[in-house]
Amino acid sequence: MYSFEPSEEQRMLVDAVKRYAANDLRPAMRDADEEAQLNMDLVEKGWELGILQASVPEEYGGFGERSAVTSVLAAEEMAWGDLAASLAVMTPGLYVLPLLLAGTEEQKQELIPPVIEAEWKPYTAALLEWKFDFDANDLQTTAQEDGDAYVINGEKVYVPFADGYEGMIVYAKVDGKTQGFVVPKAAAGVTVGERHKLLGVHALPLYRVKFEGVRVPKENRLGGAAGHDFAPILASMWVANAALAVGMSRAALEYAIDYAKEREAFGVKIGQKQAIAFMLAEMATEVEGVRLLTWEAAWKLDKGKDDFYKHAYLAHNGAVDMAMMVTDRAVQVLGGHGYIREHPVELWMRNGRGFATFAGLAMV
Amino acid sequence: MIDFEMPEVIAKQQYLLKTVADNMMRPVSRYYDEHEHEIPWDYIEFMHTAMKASGAGSLAPSEGGEKKEKKDRPRIGYQMLAFMIEMLSWGDAGMYLVTPGGGLGAAAVEATGTPEQKRRFLERFKKEKPAFAAMAMTEPCCGSDTAAIRTTAVLDKETNEWVLNGEKIFVTAGDKSLTPYEQLEPGFVVVWATIDPKAGRAGIRPFVVEAGTPGVKVTKLEHKMGIRVSDTAAIVLQNARIPFDNILGSPEVITDKKTSKGFKGAMSTFNATRPLVSASAMGVARATLELLKEMLKQEGVEIRYGLPRAKMTNIEREVIDMETMLREAWLLVLKAVWLADQRQPNALTASMSKVKAGEVVTKITQKAVELMGPLGYSRDFLLEKWFRDAKINDIFEGTGQINRLIVARQILGFHGAQLR
Repeated sequence: MYSFEPSEEQRMLVDAVKRYAANDLRPAMRDADEEAQLNMDLVEKGWELGILQASVPEEYGGFGERSAVTSVLAAEEMAWGDLAASLAVMTPGLYVLPLLLAGTEEQKQELIPPVIEAEWKPYTAALLEWKFDFDANDLQTTAQEDGDAYVINGEKVYVPFADGYEGMIVYAKVDGKTQGFVVPKAAAGVTVGERHKLLGVHALPLYRVKFEGVRVPKENRLGGAAGHDFAPILASMWVANAALAVGMSRAALEYAIDYAKEREAFGVKIGQKQAIAFMLAEMATEVEGVRLLTWEAAWKLDKGKDDFYKHAYLAHNGAVDMAMMVTDRAVQVLGGHGYIREHPVELWMRNGRGFATFAGLAMV
Repeated sequence: MIDFEMPEVIAKQQYLLKTVADNMMRPVSRYYDEHEHEIPWDYIEFMHTAMKASGAGSLAPSEGGEKKEKKDRPRIGYQMLAFMIEMLSWGDAGMYLVTPGGGLGAAAVEATGTPEQKRRFLERFKKEKPAFAAMAMTEPCCGSDTAAIRTTAVLDKETNEWVLNGEKIFVTAGDKSLTPYEQLEPGFVVVWATIDPKAGRAGIRPFVVEAGTPGVKVTKLEHKMGIRVSDTAAIVLQNARIPFDNILGSPEVITDKKTSKGFKGAMSTFNATRPLVSASAMGVARATLELLKEMLKQEGVEIRYGLPRAKMTNIEREVIDMETMLREAWLLVLKAVWLADQRQPNALTASMSKVKAGEVVTKITQKAVELMGPLGYSRDFLLEKWFRDAKINDIFEGTGQINRLIVARQILGFHGAQLR
């Protein structure tokens, strides 16, 4: 039976995240971006909202059950506040959720509780590589069997909080397929390189990481000896990316609407001009359309529907273009003022282009 | 709880309608496109019989239909309708418009009529022979600017009749609703006219004009780019007299010239029907995309999902973008009808769905013809027909631009005078 109404529980969570996004994240967003520095107290506060903890069953230290739909709703609201901080809050999910989705019973019991039962810590994952046509299903990084271990070689980029990481899932190619490996803290052969300087998300610490002959025991392969299916993990990344794009784009849309209702030109509010009004109408339509696309994809993930992979991909595909279109137009609506860093729209526009690249920086 | 599971009853309905589309529509699609103004009687009679058998008397959710929905059961009437229209339009969008049962005319009665009027006007759709009804809004002077319509309705106090004068154009199914055919029950047209030309939109009211009313004449059938099997009529009203209580809605409110309730009635009709028109667009778009993928497959081209854009072929990029926009638009339609079923305001989502659906169906059909090259442009295949059928969806029931205006007014909180 179709329904577009979140449950009572989901509404309560969304409200809490909304308050956090509006009262904590948004006021800190500009300074964090200018200084390229997140306020980690705020990240901890976001962690304490318990979004990830609620996705993990009690037996692994959490207090709920994974629901991509619920996480999408939360991610959307958080990204409305600030994208960089949202990605930081969600970073430990890059470690926990693959374990939950693909880990063996032992891996789950051993590795998840220390993350979930503590304060926010830099547990992370390394997927992206330095290639213009980077393909998560065709990695350059390799993992080769050697006795009782896998040996990982390669270089990863855009790894959140790699500096001082507590634990990391590294994706590498095994027999042509993408497989995850748990790399423990301070493993030999792991070199954390330079922090990236990017077009947007300045506040988020993302690093290059080199893996040179990194030996991990065989039982560190996600899913054990048989390995795992990467599709649900990648699909979760696509959907998370889409949800964040929707939330941040909605922020830009609302800002542009407010501005268009205040700013006067030619004796009327600029929103009274069809040239502006039509842009806003199209932005609103796209935000809502991609939002529903993302909800449906998340729902398909939760239900394990046959076509979840395709729908997650479509949501991601739609979100990439929607976010660029909406954030670009938000700047356009503000005109010259949009280009000035006193307004947030230029920041959103710089972040907006990132969704084409960010799949892999968050999961739901 | 957010849920995207198709209800069993809709799944069953879709299965049956797919058979209708495959067997009654697709095989004759090309024929009726090339024989404009011929009437597909086989289809009309089949649909009438089938709908009667299933208890659905009218395309508009009728009172009878509502009663059958038990109170403890969620309402899904509009959702079922949207799915039905999508599938029939997947078969043939023009023939869908030739489905008997009242269409937009009945929807207007449903949205603005009193219970007595609903009974009186909608009863015909349950009779032995099929019947049609239509909605007449547009005039030669004005289409989107509905507040400017010039057709007048003057009350003759002596006979207690309304006297209608004016000209209506672009009336979908106007011919089948008014012209006597022995295969059909007489139908009606909902004519929008002003009771006070100086009052602008406040003076506009809907009137039911029955087939056979003296002074009402179908003067022209348009020759169109697409949806050719659907008749598009011009109607002249010359001192057409209709009973006082054929004005839709409660007479006290409705004859008060100071309120614009009558006009708002028209607009609320559109809130109900817009997502349904969008649903029709979705059917054409899906048909196109499916045929395109099938033709590509025959040429050895399979679409791979999950690649980075830098690794896709151009065709893959185009097809995946088309699939994305189609799904996006469909979900907007689904939300709009779901809101209508929930009896929640849906003006914003309904117009969003129309903005998106009109754009998506034109883009997809245009792109499909382009991608298939000489095959796409050829009348050997239906792609070129769907290209022509598609365009109307960005025009009727509010152009893409009018719907952008409505969306903009809603999100900006501006009324019509502030944002024209």
